[in-house]
Amino acid sequence: MDLTFFAIQMLNGVQYGLLLFLIASGLTLVFGIMGIINLAHGAMYMVGAYLAFDLTRRFGNFWLAILCALPIAIALGLLIERLFLDTLYKRDHLYQVLLTFGLILALNELQMIIWGGDVHSVPVPELFSGSIALTDNLQYPIYRIFVSAVCLALAGIIYWVIKHTRLGMIIRAGAVDRDMVEGLGINIRSLFTLIFSVGVALTAFAGMLAAPITSIAPGMGDTVLITCFVVVVVGGIGSIKGAFWGALLIGIADTFGPVLLPSLASVLMYLIMAAVLLVKPRGLFA
Amino acid sequence: MKNNTIKKTLASAIVTTTLMSGAALAESEPVKIGFLLPYSGTYAALGNAITNGFKLALEQNNNLLGGRDIEFVTIDSQADPSRAPQNMSQLVNSDEVDFVIGPVHSGVAMGMLRVAKQTDAIMIITNAGLNAATNELCGPNIFRTSFSMWQDAYPMGQVAMDRGFEKVVTITWDYSAGQEDVAAFEESFTAAGGEVIEKMFVPFPSTEFQSYLTQIASLNPDAVYTFFAGGGGVAFVRDYAASGLNKNIQLLGSGFVTDGNLEAQGEAAEGILTTLHYSETLNTPENNAFVASYTTSFGNGPDTYAVQGYDAGMMLVQALAQVNGNTEDRDALINALASVELDSPRGPMSFSASHHPIQNIYLREVRDGKHDVVGIAAEQLQVPDTACRM
Repeated sequence: MDLTFFAIQMLNGVQYGLLLFLIASGLTLVFGIMGIINLAHGAMYMVGAYLAFDLTRRFGNFWLAILCALPIAIALGLLIERLFLDTLYKRDHLYQVLLTFGLILALNELQMIIWGGDVHSVPVPELFSGSIALTDNLQYPIYRIFVSAVCLALAGIIYWVIKHTRLGMIIRAGAVDRDMVEGLGINIRSLFTLIFSVGVALTAFAGMLAAPITSIAPGMGDTVLITCFVVVVVGGIGSIKGAFWGALLIGIADTFGPVLLPSLASVLMYLIMAAVLLVKPRGLFA
Repeated sequence: MKNNTIKKTLASAIVTTTLMSGAALAESEPVKIGFLLPYSGTYAALGNAITNGFKLALEQNNNLLGGRDIEFVTIDSQADPSRAPQNMSQLVNSDEVDFVIGPVHSGVAMGMLRVAKQTDAIMIITNAGLNAATNELCGPNIFRTSFSMWQDAYPMGQVAMDRGFEKVVTITWDYSAGQEDVAAFEESFTAAGGEVIEKMFVPFPSTEFQSYLTQIASLNPDAVYTFFAGGGGVAFVRDYAASGLNKNIQLLGSGFVTDGNLEAQGEAAEGILTTLHYSETLNTPENNAFVASYTTSFGNGPDTYAVQGYDAGMMLVQALAQVNGNTEDRDALINALASVELDSPRGPMSFSASHHPIQNIYLREVRDGKHDVVGIAAEQLQVPDTACRM
């Protein structure tokens, strides 16, 4: 592999990693701070992608579709948290796993009822539909670069909110000692509602953003879910920084794996996770 | 249950009053047909298309098979291989159907075949392309009106060579359908003198193709041969075009890459060459009539799956007419089924010794969002099921 193609593969890896970060960030937030194992996380990603598809078709404008889809995603998060999760906080993890697993089935079936089993796609928005020539026969879609930029910006914003704002301080404190935070007179209930809605919105947003560069098909969330859990476990549960570096690591490994170790491509991700857990059982940044 | 009894009584009443011919009187019970197809989940559209096609064929014959009425038993396979043996035994042992129609999914087919081999139930495979169904696992009671991975992919090797593509990269998912498909292409392509310079297997069901596309660019082959169905097909074709590879490197594929996906693929699919046993644009009297009546009945045009269901229906119509509706004499019935010859919408079709369709494989090019038939890639192609012992 010469230097040019090495550089292009690096670009592919970073781009994929950044998208993975955006998808996984919601999972790690909810998992780390609320202690909820949200198996329906992938289904939220699917909902985002389908919303982007449906609304783009209706309005004929991708940006307008995202603008309208975001409140829907936030509302979905609110609804699930208030109606279902609320009663389960005091119970064992198993109940949450069962509930969120049930949500996968329900959301998948709803998707089939509303949008059917056909495979769909969203056209790349006009503004970013061009591409940059990399070599004689290969070009890179500008939209993918745009996606990377958005993911990077969001990563920065999340980092800033958690590190440098009062809300972030409460979130960090809540993750460490829930009872103490409550004792200081902070309403942890509304904090949880906020975190869960933001988590769902982030994931759904990732689905919307990815819609023009992926195919929108039933079950698309199920594959994403497993990769997300690997990212979160590698990075350290609850750590945004961990999710970021974990996602980049998995993204780059997933890109170079098929080139350098084709026979191990499908298990590489899990090998990395196993190796990380051997050295740092709580993940890289936990 | 109650509904069933009413249906039966009604059916026998109709048969006895309307058909006073000797043969029909002796067989007053309706012919029972069991569908084991997906009606929910990812493959629901395929299951419905097959069922629609099948029922259309019977409708065109006044809903009679060999003069007997017809009763349907339907089970949703959910495309779940683990439930297949149980569902199949339900149809065969409890419902006592005469024929089982299905499935879509090759994994489900494996489970059904196991039961079919133990019970002698007559099974007509209406999609599942696994090669083994008419090869290692073949049986006198097992028929297929669809295709095998081998049959649809094999002709492309010669086509690639004829078009001057000497170095090809293949890319598919790392699962049995993909492996069988690519192996058949490679078989004919290397026999014709071509060279497969790299075989890429993407972990199933990943649709993250950037890394592979970059590799393809660095290998710079004359053409790329691919097999991805459903969402994978849409993602791959779109990514391939977005990477600009389609400008210099011809994309070849199995027909399933673009079938049912053209709308989602849009412009990215233009110019792709595929081989398949059917194209909705075939300009023959049989296909034109089929497309017209299917569209009238169901509101949308037929696809490959609908034809596979339709031909299963036509096959039963012809075979049961030959045995006068007598399903008791198994040998005569199986012989009649094996000797069926159809003027199908897909062209002439008959059955090989292993009960696999002998059919034309068409070369199709995507032009203006349609599969234009460029020509016949292989005429009346027979599958060499060398491991089949009946």
